Amino acid sequence: MSELAMPRSWRRETKPHKFCPGCGHGLVLKALGMAVDRLEIAERVLFGCDIGCSLLAWDFFNLDTVQTHHGRTVPFIVGAKRARPHLIGIAYMGDGGGYAIGVQHLINAVMRNDRILVIIVNNTTYAMTGGQMAPTSLPGQKTETSPGGREPRTEGYPLRGPEMVASFAAEGAYIARGSVSHVQRLALFLERGLQNQIQDKGIAVVEALSTCPTNWRTNAEDTWKYLEKEMADYYPVREFVSPWKENNPRGVN
Amino acid sequence: MITNTQTLTVLWSVNKGDNMSNKYGNDTDSNIRPAGHGDRRAFMYGNEVVVRAALAAKAEFLYGYPITPQNEIMHYWSRLAPAQGGKFLQTEDELSAGFATLGGIMAGARSFSATAGPGTVLFQEPLSMAEMMRIPIVLIVQQRGGPSTATVIYSQQEVFLAIFGGNGEGLRVVYSPGGHQEMYDYTIKAFDTAWRYRFPTLVLGDGYQAKMREPVVLYDPEERGMQLQPAVPFVGGEGVPGVEREPAHWRNAFSVEEELFEALQPIIHDFQHAAPFLTEMEASDLEGAEIIVTGHGIVGRSAREAVRELRAGGVPAGFFRPLTLRPFPAKDLKRILDSCPRLLVVESAQGQLTKLFRIAIGGELEHRVEMYPYFRPGLGITAEEIAREVRAILGGERKEEARAAVSIL
Repeated sequence: MSELAMPRSWRRETKPHKFCPGCGHGLVLKALGMAVDRLEIAERVLFGCDIGCSLLAWDFFNLDTVQTHHGRTVPFIVGAKRARPHLIGIAYMGDGGGYAIGVQHLINAVMRNDRILVIIVNNTTYAMTGGQMAPTSLPGQKTETSPGGREPRTEGYPLRGPEMVASFAAEGAYIARGSVSHVQRLALFLERGLQNQIQDKGIAVVEALSTCPTNWRTNAEDTWKYLEKEMADYYPVREFVSPWKENNPRGVN
Repeated sequence: MITNTQTLTVLWSVNKGDNMSNKYGNDTDSNIRPAGHGDRRAFMYGNEVVVRAALAAKAEFLYGYPITPQNEIMHYWSRLAPAQGGKFLQTEDELSAGFATLGGIMAGARSFSATAGPGTVLFQEPLSMAEMMRIPIVLIVQQRGGPSTATVIYSQQEVFLAIFGGNGEGLRVVYSPGGHQEMYDYTIKAFDTAWRYRFPTLVLGDGYQAKMREPVVLYDPEERGMQLQPAVPFVGGEGVPGVEREPAHWRNAFSVEEELFEALQPIIHDFQHAAPFLTEMEASDLEGAEIIVTGHGIVGRSAREAVRELRAGGVPAGFFRPLTLRPFPAKDLKRILDSCPRLLVVESAQGQLTKLFRIAIGGELEHRVEMYPYFRPGLGITAEEIAREVRAILGGERKEEARAAVSIL
């Protein structure tokens, strides 16, 4: 079967998956599955997932997987990677886990340049708990805890995670933002992030812009519009720091 | 054996003469001398004893975050462990120390951490994950004063935190050593227990034990015939998952109540069945005793010394000390109280140990047992003051205030 249908590293027995219709997680995990397949690293991967919708990925792959606690997937994977460096550690979480409750772990892992891949799915809301305001909710975005819309004067501006960690990332780090609206490009970013670890260059942090029609209360058209217009305007999709610019194995940036 | 009075003197002189250049390092600095059969006699800090024990137990990785009074565990480890291939990571807080330790363990490395006070609070999260997923984490706790930041020095106020601090059922093993030799013995044992029974295992020390120096005999557990349970990885097996083997899928989240209930049954069952093999206690001078004096950890040592002094003076006191606070040696305690239903509980906390005793005694016996408290939260307790208290109780001076103190627990 072509990878466009279902990556080899996906676990068929647990499909269809448990995410809501229209949720972006499935596409992020598809991009990740494609990257893992291309690099043929399934045997060495330790996939860690967080709490929030990301926990639904606990049996998603034919990859060794540990579902941890909210915000604690980065230190868990860091601990495993430090103890057994041949493992390829992937920490998978949402924007709440990455930028709120677990942000100290993200910052310190980037500071230490831990050889892991951190994937943060940014859907601008706490989805599993019912659509509260996230660090990534856009100005004016209505959520259950910002019913009048996010007010920057009192609630601040959304956190641009990759830009933040790129500002102090060490040499060899790979920091990028992809989107589920361009799955192939997201897969490429994830592949580079994994290469970064395989070749012992440094940490990789890849944010994936994603969708949550359930909590956004949007139809298919508005969901995509929000993702490609509103979100992409505030959150530029690109690589921020990359050791792959020169002699790029896949020739694309 | 030295008393608590002497302990305080030792602690004071150590602090006064703190000499960084001489604090860590090779065997000579810790006065380590051969003691026959491969054993070595030493005079060292409790925190160094922990490190020597962890290395003797072939621990591979320490993940830690600075908090007094356990810091020297990290200091000694980062100096002594590399020669044995040991690794260290200083993390950004106790949450990450705990979760990194869990990561190391699941990847197959015998890993541990150490903490105290507010750090023990943050450790509840990784400990509860370990309880749910049967991850054999070893945690050394060197209790400091509480609540809040309190003191960096000493207390016995983390008993409940050590046992029941997490969300869940407190399915943990908690050892309370009473001196450096036991600190060495039980730290080694903790690694075996954790991997054998796969419950989080804590060694509950305290600031005095961490920071004082006293004699200890170091040994290689294998040379003494101890076969430590090997560390086995939870993930990263050979072969392509889903093709050549099943993938390892570990979780701690469940969708429905019944699913959780079912998942918990084997964990609870295993703990209950392991308990009789795990409980440990020490008792002496029970013959003809009219009062049992009890305490745990270093206070237990003062209690033992007090009983010795009382017996020498013709006062019929007995001694009991739980070495495992969880599971609690309830059976032994009941047997002892059956013939001597009067108990003095001494602790550097406001009744945490006493509550464990009340739970353990339970039922019908509770009405028969006269329980006297001696609570000194955050303070060291000497054998002399315990002996004085025993004489006062036997002289009938403490009855009413004892009832009042215990009744508000």
